[in-house]
Amino acid sequence: MSAPASSVLRFENVSVSFGGVKALEGVSFEMDAGAVRIVYGAAGSGKTTLLKVALGLVCPDSGNVFVFGENVTHLSENDWFKIRAKMGILFQEGGLFDSMTIAENVAYPLLNQQVSAGRASENGQVGERVREALRFVELESTLEKFPSELSGGMRRRVGIARAIVTEPPLLLYDSPTAGLDPITANTIINLILKERDLRHATSMMVTHRFQDGHLLANFRYNPDSGQIERVVRNSNGGSQVTTKFFVMHEGRLVFEGTQQELKASRDAYVQKFAK
Amino acid sequence: MLDILKAPVETFQDFVVLSGRAIGNAFRSPHYFDDIVLQSDAIGVGSLLIVLFIGLFSGLVMGLQLSRTLATYGATAEMGQLVSVVLVRELGPVLVALLVAGRNASGIASELGSMKVTEQIDAMRALGTDPTQKLVTPRLIAMAVTLPLLTILADFIGLIGGYLIGRYRFGLPFSQYWTSAWQILQYNDVVQGLVKPFAFAVIISLVGCFYGIRTSGGTEGVGRSTTKAVVVSSIWIFVVDFFLGEIFVNLT
Repeated sequence: MSAPASSVLRFENVSVSFGGVKALEGVSFEMDAGAVRIVYGAAGSGKTTLLKVALGLVCPDSGNVFVFGENVTHLSENDWFKIRAKMGILFQEGGLFDSMTIAENVAYPLLNQQVSAGRASENGQVGERVREALRFVELESTLEKFPSELSGGMRRRVGIARAIVTEPPLLLYDSPTAGLDPITANTIINLILKERDLRHATSMMVTHRFQDGHLLANFRYNPDSGQIERVVRNSNGGSQVTTKFFVMHEGRLVFEGTQQELKASRDAYVQKFAK
Repeated sequence: MLDILKAPVETFQDFVVLSGRAIGNAFRSPHYFDDIVLQSDAIGVGSLLIVLFIGLFSGLVMGLQLSRTLATYGATAEMGQLVSVVLVRELGPVLVALLVAGRNASGIASELGSMKVTEQIDAMRALGTDPTQKLVTPRLIAMAVTLPLLTILADFIGLIGGYLIGRYRFGLPFSQYWTSAWQILQYNDVVQGLVKPFAFAVIISLVGCFYGIRTSGGTEGVGRSTTKAVVVSSIWIFVVDFFLGEIFVNLT
């Protein structure tokens, strides 16, 4: 059994438990190419586990996972590497390698793909792409610094640069704004927004902040003016069409729908994320 | 009863799986030569001074303690033999291994443990690198190369320590000490003196990496992993030392 070709990420009744505690329970959904999903949920509701299953870092106890139309549920670690090369991930704390400079961190996925493809590294080209990715997150000046010399928000931005440097068709963001002040958090979301509207990569963002989803659903990046602007309702190509919301509760997917549907929900738990 | 055994057996099984992959990786590409060199520097060069120091003092102390007993039998001329055999067969490998276990098993476990709790190991997997290949195998190779070398140096410096005591306490001539120290050694002793540090190197690096990679529970977990890595590797050093000793004793 395989998923339709346009399907980028598809879960079929996926359950995961850690030491008897259910982290995911019967989760099913599908994301087509270009879709944007915002996953809301309280702490411990299984949001991060969802991303880790999608990345193959956690193996599901039951159910099936399809990535780019391929059943990856029982893939070996080596086969996963090829799939993961097409995915970008931003970890909650950035997940940067302490022992490497910012430039080396961002170059890592590029060099790694060349190593596994058996190609010699073309240093000039890698350097240019690294600078380009860091320019995107406005941190071009930190090339030779180490992660410990940067602030939490800057590390998160470097994490975004590392996630997008290979221009992956699927991007996963794990609580990109957790533990950041509101202004820095907005900067991060604006970057994610810009990335979404420039490259239209399929993306999934896990968060517990209502504002993050609100920004993504109602604003868009205008490449002509270089500004973030509010989406005019019912206009063609408005981002609210592709941006949908998930709400997770104790490992289960309890809501799936647009922002309007989220606001209209009568469920007390879902309402918490609709403001 | 079986339930009590379940956890340790599972832990050991995980350890064997990791060890198998780490050793297998040594013969599979990609090879991270940079990491091997960096680790050799951290483990080998980094431990050099302290290993020489304990080598010298263990030789000195042994000379000192032996001198009383040997003087009783008027056998101080045999000092070179005794110091040489004890150092090369047992004391050198075990002391150096314990020292390196304290210094590097803890270092490895805390480094990998911190990487684990800050999601760096997950990030590595997500970015398409096998953490066993990138983190464990280079440490294993570096340790397996440097620990025997460190042991050879410690043995030699220990012999010099023994000589210093013999020379300045009993006026033992240079050639008498060194000739007897050299001639007593057989192939069995030398091989034993090199196989042991090699085996200990495998234990220290794999146990350190194993507990590091298994770390959970934040910074507190890193502390626990570090402690476990040192304790478990030290115990295994003694256990394996006994069995290797048993094998080599029977070989002669």
